[in-house]
Amino acid sequence: MLTYDEIIEKYEPALGLEVHVELGTKTKMFCGCPTEFGAEPNTQVCPVCLGMPGALPFVNERAIESTILIGLALNCSIAPMSRFARKNYFYPDMPKNFQISQYDEPICTDGYLDVEYETPEGMKTFRIEIERVHMEEDTGKSLHVGGATGRIHGAEYSLLDYNRAGIPLVEIVTKTVLGTERYAPQIAKAYVKELRDILRALGVSDVKMEQGSLRCDANISLSPRGSGKLGTRSETKNVNSLRSVERAITSEMHRHAQRLEAGERVVQETRHFQEDSGTTRSGRSKEQAEDYRYFPEPDLLPVAPSAEWIEELRAQLPERPSAHRARLQQLWQVPDKEMAAMINAGVVGIVEETVAQGADPTKARTWWLGEISRLANEREVEVAEMPITPKDVAEIIALVAAGELTDKLARQVVEGVIAGEGKPKEVIAARGIKVVSDEGELVAAIERAIAAQPETAQKVRDGNIPAAGALIGAVMKDTKGQADAARVRELLLGLLA
Amino acid sequence: MSRISNEEVARIAHLARLELSATEIAELAGEMEAILGAVARVQEAAKSDVVPTSHPLALVNVTRPDVVRPSLTPESALSGAPASEEDRFRVPQILGEEA
Amino acid sequence: MSELIYKSAAQLSESLAKKEVSAREVTQAHLDQITKVDKAVHAFLFVDTEGALAQADQVDAARAKGETLGPLAGVPLALKDILAQEGIPTTCGSKILEGWRPPYSATVVKKLRAAGVVILGKTNMDEFAMGSSTENSAFGTTQNPWDLTRIPGGSGGGSAAALAAFEAPLAIGSDTGGSIRQPAAVTGTVGVKPTYGGVSRYGVIAYSSSLDQVGPCARTVLDTALLHEVIAGHDDYDATSINAPTPPVVAAAKRADVKGMKIGVIKELSGDGYESGVSERFEESLEILRSQGATIEMVSCPNFDYGLAAYYLIAPSEASSNLARFDAMRYGLRVGDDGSRSAEEVMSMTRAAGFGREVKRRIVLGTYALSAGYYDAYYGSAQKVRTLITQDFAKAFSSVDVLVSPTTPTVAFLIGAKSNDPVAMYLSDVATIPVNLAGVAAMSLPAGLSEGLPVGFQIIAPAMKDDRLYQVGAALERELAAKWGGVLTTKAPKLNSSAGA
Repeated sequence: MLTYDEIIEKYEPALGLEVHVELGTKTKMFCGCPTEFGAEPNTQVCPVCLGMPGALPFVNERAIESTILIGLALNCSIAPMSRFARKNYFYPDMPKNFQISQYDEPICTDGYLDVEYETPEGMKTFRIEIERVHMEEDTGKSLHVGGATGRIHGAEYSLLDYNRAGIPLVEIVTKTVLGTERYAPQIAKAYVKELRDILRALGVSDVKMEQGSLRCDANISLSPRGSGKLGTRSETKNVNSLRSVERAITSEMHRHAQRLEAGERVVQETRHFQEDSGTTRSGRSKEQAEDYRYFPEPDLLPVAPSAEWIEELRAQLPERPSAHRARLQQLWQVPDKEMAAMINAGVVGIVEETVAQGADPTKARTWWLGEISRLANEREVEVAEMPITPKDVAEIIALVAAGELTDKLARQVVEGVIAGEGKPKEVIAARGIKVVSDEGELVAAIERAIAAQPETAQKVRDGNIPAAGALIGAVMKDTKGQADAARVRELLLGLLA
Repeated sequence: MSRISNEEVARIAHLARLELSATEIAELAGEMEAILGAVARVQEAAKSDVVPTSHPLALVNVTRPDVVRPSLTPESALSGAPASEEDRFRVPQILGEEA
Repeated sequence: MSELIYKSAAQLSESLAKKEVSAREVTQAHLDQITKVDKAVHAFLFVDTEGALAQADQVDAARAKGETLGPLAGVPLALKDILAQEGIPTTCGSKILEGWRPPYSATVVKKLRAAGVVILGKTNMDEFAMGSSTENSAFGTTQNPWDLTRIPGGSGGGSAAALAAFEAPLAIGSDTGGSIRQPAAVTGTVGVKPTYGGVSRYGVIAYSSSLDQVGPCARTVLDTALLHEVIAGHDDYDATSINAPTPPVVAAAKRADVKGMKIGVIKELSGDGYESGVSERFEESLEILRSQGATIEMVSCPNFDYGLAAYYLIAPSEASSNLARFDAMRYGLRVGDDGSRSAEEVMSMTRAAGFGREVKRRIVLGTYALSAGYYDAYYGSAQKVRTLITQDFAKAFSSVDVLVSPTTPTVAFLIGAKSNDPVAMYLSDVATIPVNLAGVAAMSLPAGLSEGLPVGFQIIAPAMKDDRLYQVGAALERELAAKWGGVLTTKAPKLNSSAGA
């Protein structure tokens, strides 16, 4: 088996990324049903999204505006005339057995997105070219009954809920991305992350990968260096987190290389990423090309946004995340390396929110990049997905500043909040956490420590100040860490002076 | 005019999810040939400079505001279902890729 | 009260308004007629006796309270089974939907209910509106009241036959390539295909979305106009519905004046292939219009020759997609679900069992025309023909106010005569199809009889000029009715319960 370095030496990777975003509109793409996540089954359905005989689609204006906003944010051209088309194929989760999508006349084309990624030589920028951004509708959800663990294979029957059917989806497709070299997995991840930040800033989607409101299909191929042509690609679906984007591509690069080295063919197919093993599993073979019989959707009329409409939307564009980050870096006086670490961990926005809650920028950054990142790593989730809010963190920082918590106690509070024990104040109350600030109690503890370690105490009296550490440690242990170490030291040195 | 083979009709029938017998396929192949023979003349008129018309209305940008309209109740939505369970449509096992 | 059934909707409207008769009496008279003759005619797939009487009672109660009611309040109507009506069986003439009771109503149905029109039941049709004879219904053929051995036209043969058999004074049809006008022609009734987008398609089971249009049917031009006004207008559930006022069709029907109008005779829709009786009645009608002060001129629409071919590519293509939803998963028939078969197998088996021959033929044809490698040659070329036909109409309407032609090349043919020759059957619609391809408005009204069978006269108007149809149609009808001693259906055989049963 080749090592990653050897793979890169022999092959050139080519990426293609298709991101599906569920728009956060109040209603579905083609009907007035609500789009709440997690509603009871089949409570957000109507004749239109159930594909009942006679029902007709009607385009949601906000969905079109959101798509144009996305296109503008991705530096795309907005088509003066675009059309919906029917993509015909049978599948039980698709009520009409065709999906209303866009085919040869998408609404946005030819854009790009610059992404930043970390290398040993520092942050670098890579431009990903966008081929198209188009609108379509989501499918329903199926629950497979009778087989093992809800999997499709071996299921006896399936149960369908169409609440999700018809929710507006925007598909963002890159051109073939060449030149990423060894950073293909990192650049792919950085792209999805940057895209997610942009979409969040635009307010067009809640972009929750774990809930499926942002989904990424990653295409990858390897071509032998100097061959001058692209290799056969695989398309990996079910990539449900930023971390998985990186892992899935790395895994596919290894798998492709292994096949090519063995003189085997890479099959053009759909694969599914498996979170537990970090590898992909074969799905449906695409050797026999699908025949989707696209044709213009006759129930809908073309979308032809006027120049005024587009300019009106352009004026609503928020600050580009990269520009926004540069501004924050200056404002907070963050060194480049620290900023890169924040970008990499995806915490810039959260730190900003924490600062907005009154926290000191450096303290806020330290908490999110330090303790909370560490806990997120343990759990193998993104920092942003941790169950603690910027408000919680700001509150904890304030308590430390007020001397009501020590750093060590504050870590316990953070742990408690993440463990679901409640808000910081609730955790403090429930765990009985408090700083021991009663001087009498502290002095008593110090005296106990001196009595227990008379030799150490003597060393301190003789001027060996560092030796005090052992005594301070004993006092902290005695007070179960609830004492302020600085104050203990002060009192101790006073007593031994 | 090209002959429409039985295999071609069978492929099309599968795309359209129609389980046809061999006899039906053979009959349809013959009928398709006659019909396509009659309709293929559209190609005579369809010069390259003619713009196709997909819709009789010349309107654009017909949209609705993003305002919630009433949905059906689950009972009503499922009222015509051949089978249902737990407020969901019950269907036979689904083959193919996972959604 | 049996004479009630021979009255026009306008006459009933007047009697109802004057409280000379109740909506219940009018409804009951028509229900009685259905009981009496429908075994022979088989116009109805479902008769909603209780529902109709309940609606009639509501109208009577409202009138008794002095509420302001629309002109058609209390007048009965036959509804083509292509429209969804909440809680009422809606089959579209297909086994695949047998037993389906929609959880919602079509916009047109809501408008009818709001206007107090009494819906008697659902009428027979060719399965999914695919046909010109109603022989493709999964629930038996409808017989033409003029001659029970002949077809009533299609796809809306049930609605047209219901009018000619005096089972209802009003009916709703849908017209994709002639499904309102051709049945009107062969049953001696009036039918209008409004401008595309003039009447909402929401709740109308789609055959070919870019061609389908719902329209009014009746025995007189004025009745048709009264119904047109009730069902037309913008709908915010149909994106292809035109947001503009409905043309003044009732006023036009009352004006009935063609003086100074320019009428164009379409050269390509005459001559070879048209029966001599059909051509003679057509010429006589032209003569009447000329005598009433219209100018008649010949107009050429050369691309109409490609209309039939374009239609039989576009309609099946759209249909192959529209009918994909009938898959045994959410509603309708399910076949073969024995626990061992997959959803895909059950879909294919159900669709094979649930769709009739013609529907399968058109699904296969349409799937083929859209499939990779054939799209440009078939569907793409057909769309170009559509452009050419639209241009022909635009050119013609730049010099004339309306265009005219015979509605059909022949009178009603014998049941079974063309059922084994799809291409010959398709020719029935040669004169009606160009109208749908361009989305313009058209009417068929009776021009007289040929060997005892009705002949239809077609009038075509530009988009959103539907009023011109009524203006010309009413003028011609006035003169012909004077000659016949009433509209043509007064000459229709009076059926009785033994006929054809």
